[in-house]
Parts: sequence; structure tokens; C-alpha cells
Amino acid sequence: MPHNTAPHASRCTQGVTGATVGPGAAAIRLEVNGIVRALAVLPSETLAEVLRERLALTGTKIACDRGACSSCTVWVDGAPVCSCMVLAIEVDGHRVTSIEGLAGEALHPVQSAFIEHDAIQCGFCTPGLVMSCVALLESHPHPTEEEVKAAIGGHLCRCGTYPHVIAAVLDVARKGKRSP
Amino acid sequence: MDAFEWMSPQDIEQAARAATTTVAAAMVRDSGEPAAGDALLKAGGIDLLDLMKEGLLKPRRLIHLRNIAGLDRIEGAEGGLRIGPNVTLSQLASHAEVRMRFRALAQAAGASASPQIRHLATLGGNLLQRPRCWYLRSRAHHCTRKGGDRCFAFGGENQYHAIFDHKGCAIVHPSTCATALIAFGARLEITGPRGARRAPSVEEFLLLPEADLHRENTLEPGEIVTAIVLPAPAQATRSLHIKQCETESFDWPLADVAVVLDLESGVCRKAAVVLGAAAPAPHRARAAEAALTGKRIEEPVIRVAARAALQGAAPLAKNGYKLPIFETLLRRALLAATEG
Repeated sequence: MPHNTAPHASRCTQGVTGATVGPGAAAIRLEVNGIVRALAVLPSETLAEVLRERLALTGTKIACDRGACSSCTVWVDGAPVCSCMVLAIEVDGHRVTSIEGLAGEALHPVQSAFIEHDAIQCGFCTPGLVMSCVALLESHPHPTEEEVKAAIGGHLCRCGTYPHVIAAVLDVARKGKRSP
Repeated sequence: MDAFEWMSPQDIEQAARAATTTVAAAMVRDSGEPAAGDALLKAGGIDLLDLMKEGLLKPRRLIHLRNIAGLDRIEGAEGGLRIGPNVTLSQLASHAEVRMRFRALAQAAGASASPQIRHLATLGGNLLQRPRCWYLRSRAHHCTRKGGDRCFAFGGENQYHAIFDHKGCAIVHPSTCATALIAFGARLEITGPRGARRAPSVEEFLLLPEADLHRENTLEPGEIVTAIVLPAPAQATRSLHIKQCETESFDWPLADVAVVLDLESGVCRKAAVVLGAAAPAPHRARAAEAALTGKRIEEPVIRVAARAALQGAAPLAKNGYKLPIFETLLRRALLAATEG
């Protein structure tokens, strides 16, 4: 886990409203994996770029950079989104969870199930897929196979791990273990 | 992306005053590079960021609409619903009243894009997104819609293009929600830069190329869609939206249909039949509506109506396959709508 580079704060600010900022860097605060970060970002920087390049949270992958592959999936306020199609400046004041935020002392059960079910080949799409699968189980602890397919419908996996991903999610649901 | 300024206004008037042009107008040019210096409105930003990343837009400033209070609500209005433009597709698809009373709209929103995109994309942005035509989205093709002198779809790769109303430009309208909104007779509330208001129906708002080659709708610079209003449906209304894609997940439709039927003991009092991905604006199939009105909705009537929906179709070299798909989708939609 990277070191906390910003002082803890009880809450984030409410977003940059009213004033015009940029094209140079502007100050934002966002909560990333439970830690409040104060950052200077360009308005043109995406959330995916800021996570990777400014916070060294390189678990989030950028592949298509157009919202078409879902490799860059993170949660904003608990909802999975493509972080390549969100500007960092627009999540000022919001809560972001990336793949690095899932595991505690142990891996998240979905991460363990991916290993157990061999749901990874090259691994590039895996962090995004895990974020979608955990989000699904948070809202639907016992999904049907169709619901799993719908939840991962935006993800492209060129290695074709889909059947193993589905098996892993259904296995976690069956065992009923949803947090590390 | 190139650097730009960021403005996040708190009210509609401030946002409207700050916008210098529309996305469609910003993409029209004599040739070469897009103009720099525009201030453009942004909601979810999915289409806008895509166009910017592709080098088709180079705005000086983005005006972010999502921090304006009150634009993200769904509320009752005169028996119907008033939907804020910042309502996301995922909110719309999961909203209990939308699902129950305006099922075709919930289905269209819920089948659009991917879960990740639906959490970001707004209904306003979905309506105003630019077409998916690969010539429009190619910097190498200076097509009619961007101010050029030809539509490359004619004589080109036109398998995803229009089968109706493609005079001068063969785009299909990219919004599947629009297909459903037109079937429900939805109206828009629009505020202009000096507080001027207008309320066109979605059908009036969306333009065919014969009316304007350079834009898909009548939005003027500084205008902001502030609500999408669904009128109260008749008591016994049944509706359905279905789409057919090349892939089962995350794709724009090859064909989509919305049907809204006002049924009284199996007899259709009023029908709306709209085809999406068929024309530069959702195509109202009036001959199909006439074939259903006053009739008991049964197999032979459905067959006639589905055939009638394609009256006047003029497929291009590579999209004739859309005709049997539309006919089949319509038969399925009408049967399923009647069954419940």
C-alpha cells in the first residue's frame, strides 16, 4: 500500500463550485480507499490517470481509455464507474475505492476465488473485473448467473476468462463470505 | 487530452451564459483542425470526453452541469413524471415508477451501454450525444455533418447506417432512450441564455438531415435541457422496448423498437410504434400505428403492422439486413406488450 501523502481530515470538501479553474493545476480533495487526499490536478486529468500517476495506485489499468473495456473500473461513492471517463476534478469531495482498497490483512474473498478458479490469465482486466464483481455481491449477495453476466457485461477480457470469473463469483455467493 | 479550464456553476443561468456554442456547432468547420476556444456544456461527459480524446473537439473551457442542484430528480408532474437531465441511466432503469408505468423507457435505459457507463451517463447527455457514425467520428473524413461536401456512408461502409430519411447524411440517432421517449410523447423543458424557455416534444426537438445537416436537434448555443417530461399514460397502457445488437452485451443497437399501446380489453385504442437505429431521428412508424388502432392485438394484426412499419424504407448497399430484424423485433415487442 502506498503511504498516505495527505493529512487525515474528517471530511472532504463539497466540490469546486462557482469559480473557474485551470488550465493549470487546481486543488481537490478526495477520499481514496479511506484516506483523504489533497491533490493538485489539471482539469484535463482523468481519475484513472490521477490514481495511477499521482497516487501510484497502479492496480487500476487503462486499456482503451474510452469507456469501452472497463479495465479501469473503480467505485465512486460505491458505484462502479470507468475511471478513464471521469475527470479527477469532478470527483472532488467524493469517495473513491480502487482495487488496492479491497484487501485487508487477507485478500478479499472475490480475489481469493479468482485465484482458486483460475479466473486470471494475463491479468490486465482482472482488477476492473474484481471491482465489478465485488460491487455486484454488495448489492446482490446471491446473484443468478444472468445477473453476474449483466454486471460484467462491460468488461473485455482478451484471454477469455469469463466462464471462470462467473464461476468464482457464484462460488463466493454460495459460501456467503463477502468481506476479507 | 489538451488542457482546458473548468467551471462548475451552481445555477442554470450562470451555465447558460458561460456556454459559447453547442457540441454540434463546434464540430462544423471548413476543413482541418477543430476550432479552439469554445466553452462547452458537460453533464456525464461520456460522449464529450470521447470526442475530445479523439481530437474532434478542442474546447477552451468545460462547464460542468452536475453540481447544479435540482437537476437530478424524478418527480411526479400532472399524473406523469418530470425527469431531471442529470438523472443517470442507472437511476432511470432502477426507478420503481419508471419501471412500472414507463417500462419501455426503463428497458431502453437499462440496456444502454455498460453498468459503469450507466452510472455516469445522464438522460440529458444520452439525448444530446453525437451519432456513432464512424465517418463523423473520424478526423480523416470531412463529412457533410462536419461541414464537408459528402456523406461517406453512401458508397462506403454503411452496414450500421439509416434505412429511412437519409437524404444527404445517413447517420442513425444514437439514443435508444429517445426511441422510448418519443413513443411516450415526452416533451423537453429548455432554458436559454437569457432565461427564455421553450418546451418542444422530443419528436419536434430531433431533426432530420433535410431540416439541418449539421445537428441532430434544435438546441441553440446557451440552451440547456432542464427537464424531460413524460405525460400521464392512459390507465391500460402497455409498453415495451427491445433492441438487437451484434453482441449480447454493451453495444449500440443494429435495430431497436419501442411500442406503447393503450389497450381496452385487448382492443388497441391508441398505438405508438417507434424504430431506433433506423433513421437520423427515431422513426415514427405511422402506418404500423394505423394498422393497430381499433384492432384486437392478435397474431394476424401484429403481422400486418410489423410489415407496415417498414413502408418507405430505402436500405443502403450493406444494411438491407435491418429490414427483417425490425419486422421480427416489432412482432416480438407487440406480442410481449400484449401479454403483459
